[in-house]
Amino acid sequence: MTITFHLNGEEVVLRDLDPSATLLDFLREERGLKGTKEGCNEGDCGACTVMVTDRAGSKPLNSCILFLPQLNGKSIRTVEGAAGDDGALHPVQEAMITHHGSQCGFCTPGFVMSMVTAHKNGATDHDVQLAGNLCRCTGYAPIIRAAEAAAAQPVPQWISQESLPQATEAANTPRSSDALAQLYAAKPKARLVAGATDLGLWVTKGLRDLGEMIFLDGCEDLKQIAISDREIRFGAMVDMNRVREAIEPLHPSYGEMIRRFASQQVRAAATIGGNIANGSPIGDNPPALIALGARLHLRRGDSRRDIAVEDFFIDYGKQDRLPGEFVEAVSIPRQPDRLRVYKLSKRFDQDISAVLGAFNITLADGSVAEARVAFGGLAGTPKRAAHVEKALVGQPWSEATVAAAAAEMSQDFTPMTDMRASAEYRLESSRNMLMRYFRDLAGASQSVLEVQV
Amino acid sequence: MSVAKPLPHDAAKLHVTGKARYVDDTPLPRDTLHLAFGLSSIAKGRITAMDLTAVRSSPEVVAVLTAQDLPFANDVSPSAHDEPLLSDGTLHYRGQPIFLVVARSHRAARVAARRGEISYAEEKPLLTLEEALAADSRFEEGPRIYQKGDAASAIAKAPHRVEGTFELGGQEHFYLEGQAALALPQEDGAMLVNSSTQHPTEIQHKVAEAIGLPMHAVRVEVRRMGGGFGGKESQGNALAVACAVAARQTGKPCKMRYDRDDDMVITGKRHAFRISYQAGYDDAGRLQGVDFTHLVNCGWAQDLSLPVADRAMLHSDNAYAISAIRIESHRLKTNLQSATAYRGFGGPQGMVGIERVMDHIAFDLGLDPVELRRRNYYDAPERALVGGSAPRSATSPRNISGKVKARDNTTPYGMEVRDFELHELTDQLLESADYAARRAEIAAWNAEQTDLKRGLAFSPVKFGISFTLTHLNQAGALVHVYQDGSVHLNHGGTEMGQGLFQKVAQVAASRFGISVEKIKITATDTAKVPNTSATAASSGTDLNGMAVKAACDTIRGRMAEFLSQRHQTDVDAVVFTDDLVRIGAAEISFNEAAKQCYEGRISLSATGFYKTPSLKWDRIKGQGRPFFYFAYGASLTEVVVDRRSGENRILRCDILHDAGASLNPDLDIGQVEGGYVQGAGWLTTEELIWDDSGRLRTHAPSTYKIPACSDRPDVFNVALYQGENREDSIYRSKAVGEPPFMLGISAWLALSDAVAQFGQSYPALDAPATAEEVWRRAREVSNEL
Repeated sequence: MTITFHLNGEEVVLRDLDPSATLLDFLREERGLKGTKEGCNEGDCGACTVMVTDRAGSKPLNSCILFLPQLNGKSIRTVEGAAGDDGALHPVQEAMITHHGSQCGFCTPGFVMSMVTAHKNGATDHDVQLAGNLCRCTGYAPIIRAAEAAAAQPVPQWISQESLPQATEAANTPRSSDALAQLYAAKPKARLVAGATDLGLWVTKGLRDLGEMIFLDGCEDLKQIAISDREIRFGAMVDMNRVREAIEPLHPSYGEMIRRFASQQVRAAATIGGNIANGSPIGDNPPALIALGARLHLRRGDSRRDIAVEDFFIDYGKQDRLPGEFVEAVSIPRQPDRLRVYKLSKRFDQDISAVLGAFNITLADGSVAEARVAFGGLAGTPKRAAHVEKALVGQPWSEATVAAAAAEMSQDFTPMTDMRASAEYRLESSRNMLMRYFRDLAGASQSVLEVQV
Repeated sequence: MSVAKPLPHDAAKLHVTGKARYVDDTPLPRDTLHLAFGLSSIAKGRITAMDLTAVRSSPEVVAVLTAQDLPFANDVSPSAHDEPLLSDGTLHYRGQPIFLVVARSHRAARVAARRGEISYAEEKPLLTLEEALAADSRFEEGPRIYQKGDAASAIAKAPHRVEGTFELGGQEHFYLEGQAALALPQEDGAMLVNSSTQHPTEIQHKVAEAIGLPMHAVRVEVRRMGGGFGGKESQGNALAVACAVAARQTGKPCKMRYDRDDDMVITGKRHAFRISYQAGYDDAGRLQGVDFTHLVNCGWAQDLSLPVADRAMLHSDNAYAISAIRIESHRLKTNLQSATAYRGFGGPQGMVGIERVMDHIAFDLGLDPVELRRRNYYDAPERALVGGSAPRSATSPRNISGKVKARDNTTPYGMEVRDFELHELTDQLLESADYAARRAEIAAWNAEQTDLKRGLAFSPVKFGISFTLTHLNQAGALVHVYQDGSVHLNHGGTEMGQGLFQKVAQVAASRFGISVEKIKITATDTAKVPNTSATAASSGTDLNGMAVKAACDTIRGRMAEFLSQRHQTDVDAVVFTDDLVRIGAAEISFNEAAKQCYEGRISLSATGFYKTPSLKWDRIKGQGRPFFYFAYGASLTEVVVDRRSGENRILRCDILHDAGASLNPDLDIGQVEGGYVQGAGWLTTEELIWDDSGRLRTHAPSTYKIPACSDRPDVFNVALYQGENREDSIYRSKAVGEPPFMLGISAWLALSDAVAQFGQSYPALDAPATAEEVWRRAREVSNEL
């Protein structure tokens, strides 16, 4: 496999590369660019953050779980390229010095690159932009001061004018969904790589050999978002930051959940298709999609089918997907927004949910006409709460109905105890979520995240 | 003068440009080999058979070592000789290193390390405090007991009593740079070691033992660490020794760095405690007697557990004068990672104990928790600070009856508290944080809420400064002035982000009257300054700053003498200031002075040495003066909690902290902000979970949650108390590494205050108070059970 990318403005052509080699290892071990650090090697600390630019713009990505073929035709900027050729510091670098944003300095290059990218994109929601960068020394306050101080400074020319190379034609990197369909039908045992935020760990932590890999990043037609009067349709390769942008105005609670879904870097890589297709019982999108009545569009060769998202998840580790079949899109029917999504985790940002509840209840004349209630984290798959729904439908929308329905939760779920939460807490908080939904719709509820002093 | 200036970290520009070099960034010789440990998958038992064929035949593997292959000492413990580098056949925790893979790449070593086929005779591990206590599995012959007065009878006689037991979890250091070491073999068997360690001399010592050579054959260099927090005081030994042993055997440079998961699985963490308390108090809330039992989970090896557990006992009074107190400490040995040093070194655990007692009493009495604390504070000293704020008068708020009597102002270990700053500091903080008005506003808000409640809590810190092992309170420095006037500075302290190098450089610059840019800060090096203590116990600046001052003053004295003779003036008329040297009426640049001294054959190189005065400590009796002085601080935290989920967050924090006459106020504030957030993380989201087999389930940042950016307080006001050290410390500054960590206790107390709003009874929060813990206690107090 041969790929081409720009690295700090210089063209790099890699031939005969190992497709499971990560960008971080390449930078540090092949190029001697030691500024980019390995903190956790799983995309959770952000010390390895680099800025990657393609035609869609610039994003921060964790280089530790980014396979080199994902960079074909893109431009990479590392901390070594944050300053100008003449050594002039980037405004965020200056501000980090002035505001004492570094102590031990090990997380600093990652912070700098997240900040350089946010600064370029004009983003000033610093807590969101930096949720994927951990610092153990500073307590973050001086870093935020630095980000605020740099915000008004102009973007340096060497950052604003990032050049892009032509992608090299490479094997196993289809450029359209049609090409992908053909290739995957012929190689149904190959591993599909979308954002690699999960598969990356198979390599860095599991030390697994992924075998033949097919990289989907070139399939531009899978990156489309189409919003019509009838539906919202996300191509499987739409990254989670773009999902957030599209969904926020339509279903704000879902948008808010995505704000807390992983981190800016992970969302920039992770795709909505991947988050469904990997079949995780704790992926945060499926419960929300199920509650919205979303459908999954699958394709194998030239044959297509679509199923309800909940039907995709058969059992733990088992999905309704045939060999050679892939997720092409997910579509959500347009509807009035009654959706609320509650994500419960030890830490608000960048934490896997202990429980994620999604509630979408339609009322008619004060009674429940339709109820779609789905959870992640309570079972081996994302799952609807059938008994709860049944106890709601046809009943008057009242606290008594909600309490009675909440009691049914144990009919639907027997959650487990693990390092994230106990079974009891999972079950009880899922019940409380239903009550919270009731109060939310009445406008009588608040999250601790909304309390200000 | 350079001291007291808010200069940036000396390496700030290197940090932000990615040019600051850490161990793993060192350019390597081409033939460098890489190491990884094969780990135990059981927590307790014996190895019955070990087949390493697949390891040896794994690609790129050069050698595989087991305990039998080690030529000399198989020990990486700091002192107790109970931690083999590689298992001797017995296994004590899940994650213990059994064999060492030497391979041509880091990944190849990791891959091979998983291919060992090991058979075990497994035994039931001791994982919990109950199990260890029942098995009498402990370090030392029995519990240590420190006491003052007769606590039992004082509690029995007191009008009111309070008691309880709570859990206090451990904490993963989560330094962003994992453990790493590199050994480069030198001629004649010598070894140059590059290590991410807080304790180069100990690395030197352990490596020398392991390769069977005197310490002079081993040189250890440390430029910087990517965070330490105590986790690199002893935990780097295994990597450095492994590298040296493998380098000796292969004749090639060897590097080892732990993958993050391995790091968390192998290395020690903060000691988890269970604290039981009983206290008696009078109607005004004044403590009459207090009794603590500490059950300390030390893990499998002794490491630094004894001084950690001692320090917990030494902070069981925190800021409060207690006439009768007894502390019993059980140092329990379990089959978990060997708990180790972590910022505060037991002090935080001891302090949480007494703060819990104060909180509980205030709740039971219905008294304002700040007022209760003030009534129990130690007395302020009689002597006013020179140049600082006037301390509170002798009629402290504790004497509410109006009677002023001479009180016993000694700690439970017999040390008189002569520098108590907290009366004035508390006043200032409550005023700047608008305590009274906010208390009322929060109560009004809470009255309107059902599911959400806000909580507010204050906690003070009094932290003892000095190593309790008295002989460690020494430091050395080496200073050269070159003939061009530039200065080379070296000392025994290590830089882990705390800004030590810059603060010490500011001291040197001030002694020579030159700007800090003229000073080259160099890597810590056992060949330049020998026999150093760990950079720990917050002592780095106090000790090394003084040693550097001594070295600079020696050189300056020689220069002054020479120049005064040359200019026929009195030596006292030679002044070093503003990059100049004034000699009577004459004035030359410092550079010129250096040149003249060189040409006058004056030695421009000197060592400096310092040992902390006045210390005297008997750790068995628990009596003496273990500390040179105390550092103080106080914080006020406001939180909000949701009882339906236990979700909670910090809304605001106000801190006033005593760094004495700060050497660098901005760097010190950085320590305070960072310490608070780390302390609050310990008590809230940072939860370590092991399963029944002793397997750590929270072994990566995906499952172990340190505070993220948005977890810092929305409003975060941090200021330094304007004062100076009453003891003769370096420029009257105070140590600032550990003390602010304990300011985070107020976050935990604020959660308790908020949870209490849901019911009538005292919410017996455990720590960490995760969302689940908060939910559970909120449910308990609201009697929903």
